[in-house]
Amino acid sequence: MKSYLLNDFIVERIEDRCIDCGACIQQCSFGVFSRDKDGKIKIQEEKCVGCLRCVIFCPTKALIVRPNPTTYRPNSYWTREVIQDIKKQAETGGVILTGCGNDKPFKVYFDHILLNASQVTNPSIDPLREPMELRVFLGRKPDRLEIEFNGADDVEIKTELHPNLVAETPILFAGMSYGAISYNAFKALAMAAAEFGTYFNTGEGGFPKELREKYGKHAIVQCASGRFGVDPEYLNCAAAIEIKIGQGAKPGIGGHLPGEKVTEKISETRMIPEGTDALSPAPQHDIYSIEDLSTLIYALKEATNYEKPVAVKIAAVHNVAAIASGMVRAGADIIVIDGFRGGTGASPKIIRDHVGIPIELAIAAVDRRLRQEGIRNKCSIIASGGIRCSADVVKAIALGADAVYIGTAALIAMGCTMCQRCHTGKCSWGICTQDPNLVKRLNPKEAAKRLVNLLRGWSLEIKEMLGGMGINAIESLRGNRDQLRGVGLEEWELEVLGIKGAGE
Amino acid sequence: MRERGIDSYLNGVRKLDALMGYIKFNQRTAEIDASDLKHKELNDLMRYCALKGARKIVLKNVCGQRYIGTRLYFPNDIKLEIEIYGTPGNDLGAFLNGHKIIVHGNAQDGIGNTMNDGEIIVEGRGGDVVAMAMRGGRIFIKESVGYRAAIHMKEYKDKVPVLVIGKTSQDFLGEYMAGGIVIILGIGLKKEKHYAHYIGTGMHGGVIYLRGKVEDYQLGKEVGVVEMDDDDWKILEKHVGDFAKYFGYELDDLLSGKFMKLIPVSKRPYGKIYAY
Repeated sequence: MKSYLLNDFIVERIEDRCIDCGACIQQCSFGVFSRDKDGKIKIQEEKCVGCLRCVIFCPTKALIVRPNPTTYRPNSYWTREVIQDIKKQAETGGVILTGCGNDKPFKVYFDHILLNASQVTNPSIDPLREPMELRVFLGRKPDRLEIEFNGADDVEIKTELHPNLVAETPILFAGMSYGAISYNAFKALAMAAAEFGTYFNTGEGGFPKELREKYGKHAIVQCASGRFGVDPEYLNCAAAIEIKIGQGAKPGIGGHLPGEKVTEKISETRMIPEGTDALSPAPQHDIYSIEDLSTLIYALKEATNYEKPVAVKIAAVHNVAAIASGMVRAGADIIVIDGFRGGTGASPKIIRDHVGIPIELAIAAVDRRLRQEGIRNKCSIIASGGIRCSADVVKAIALGADAVYIGTAALIAMGCTMCQRCHTGKCSWGICTQDPNLVKRLNPKEAAKRLVNLLRGWSLEIKEMLGGMGINAIESLRGNRDQLRGVGLEEWELEVLGIKGAGE
Repeated sequence: MRERGIDSYLNGVRKLDALMGYIKFNQRTAEIDASDLKHKELNDLMRYCALKGARKIVLKNVCGQRYIGTRLYFPNDIKLEIEIYGTPGNDLGAFLNGHKIIVHGNAQDGIGNTMNDGEIIVEGRGGDVVAMAMRGGRIFIKESVGYRAAIHMKEYKDKVPVLVIGKTSQDFLGEYMAGGIVIILGIGLKKEKHYAHYIGTGMHGGVIYLRGKVEDYQLGKEVGVVEMDDDDWKILEKHVGDFAKYFGYELDDLLSGKFMKLIPVSKRPYGKIYAY
């Protein structure tokens, strides 16, 4: 069948810059460049996904890739994307897959919220000269502390404390499984988390055995519907366990890691045969209610001798506040709310783009609800899904989160260009692929360095913002909505966020 | 002041020291009277007994306590035998790591949830989601099980979990099954007819041996029925043999009926639903 689809991109080669070295042919994993029978470089634009690997690696900067300017008759209802999707489905009869997070122009609440700074009445703090605390403790906190003083140097906490994670910055790496991402990308996240004193999340693809001893203390291991690689050793080697109920990019549906990605190493880590589809069912079949969730939470606590906090991750959906309350009452020590901008290695596009709610509204609603019910101290909240910069981190925390997960931002730090073709397994940057030749392109050490740099940069910025507000500890910002003002928001939006409008 | 509890598991749990009266040690066997112990208290005591050197633990008057066997993960590979009188609660042997559990009676939901290794023998019936995501070891249930048994059981190389059910199961047996062996013997069924529907829906690995009758409409569309071969009979002899031994049946009687072998049609049932 002839394809009626337009090319997404056009690729131009500037003849007088090109030295015919063939780097583009070698770099492009989607097969755009090749040589024709006369040895001249041939370009098949219809294969281009806009990942820009060729552009960055062309030694003479001879390549330009840009969106195809050819358009259908402009129509603000039947857009190019809508028309293209219909044509694609008419040609294949399938569910359209995509990678990364929701790219639709929904309102970005972070961009309608502004931060406060101290002027005159309260001095701002200079974080370069004064101590500024970014360390966060994640997990259940006691209702009150009983402290015993036995003389000046002997102070003892009498209350039995619950296990908590200690992160040196309120930024953790979100769940990305080995399988969804490459071994080198996975290892880079582990290395960066260990170096910076924060945590990475294994996703639900298991945890390669040789990494456990060195990085287990910085790992949050997932227990999801597929239960891949979940055994007592896996649970006990980690710092915490996360039960994954849902994810922002695809709330309510499961995951299919296609058989061709289940290589020997992945099959060993997930403990399934090579070449079999790794199917994660939509629900966990032992969890059909809050009571069932509680059963699994305590099963995991039993399996780890009550030594590790147990987190529960859900996608931000309608009634998220009531669900979160149930999760806390079920025994979750940490609740993770993943907003609709959250990324993915593969999701049906229709789900990614139309299901879920914004993380900003969800966090505010959950925090308020837990406070109203007097159980906010029983859990920590991690906000996740579309955190783009340190200001988003600060705003999420001021809206009520304890910390954030970053996924997409971490991948971008390692080289990702958001071409949204993760599901093809051909990631030319070596991040979201299992092709050994592509995986080699990502050096874990260098990628870890980029990640550590990102964490460092954001952490410094957070300190600056905190100092400006006159706050010297990130924990004093949590739920501190007074530091936020809305612009361009309607009454109901301000109310859900629990913030005032600018100027008020 | 006491901590406000918000869930039922930890409220009023007593410290280990206060529970010593519940244990009777007899050399390497410990007996625990579970009659008024909470879930955590019982498991605290079992762990304590194991660390004190007990290799057999007998639980008397068990009444719905959950996670029996779960908190017995020891890096130095201690293996225990646990005998249960009464009715253990949900998630019996969840994440079980090589221990042997014998239940003299019925058990509830979630038997062997994500079990890794070991053996669970139930001399009665099991509830829902038996052997969910089981990864290794064997489970023997003398009578029937509830809904969703063997969901997402999986296997890897020589780690092949086995579930043997004496009578029958409810719907969704072997849903999303990715590996392992399920044997369902149909003992005492009227007209030998099983009543489960959606057997093996989404199955993409493993095998179900079914003694008795099922109609096509009872099977998920991802399973196919194939002929038994010699290897299959060897597998049955081994596991059904142990079943017969544990519960007092004659192996020949059990193997005499007609067996159906159900396997997935594809390792990739959903490979073709996407447009790339």
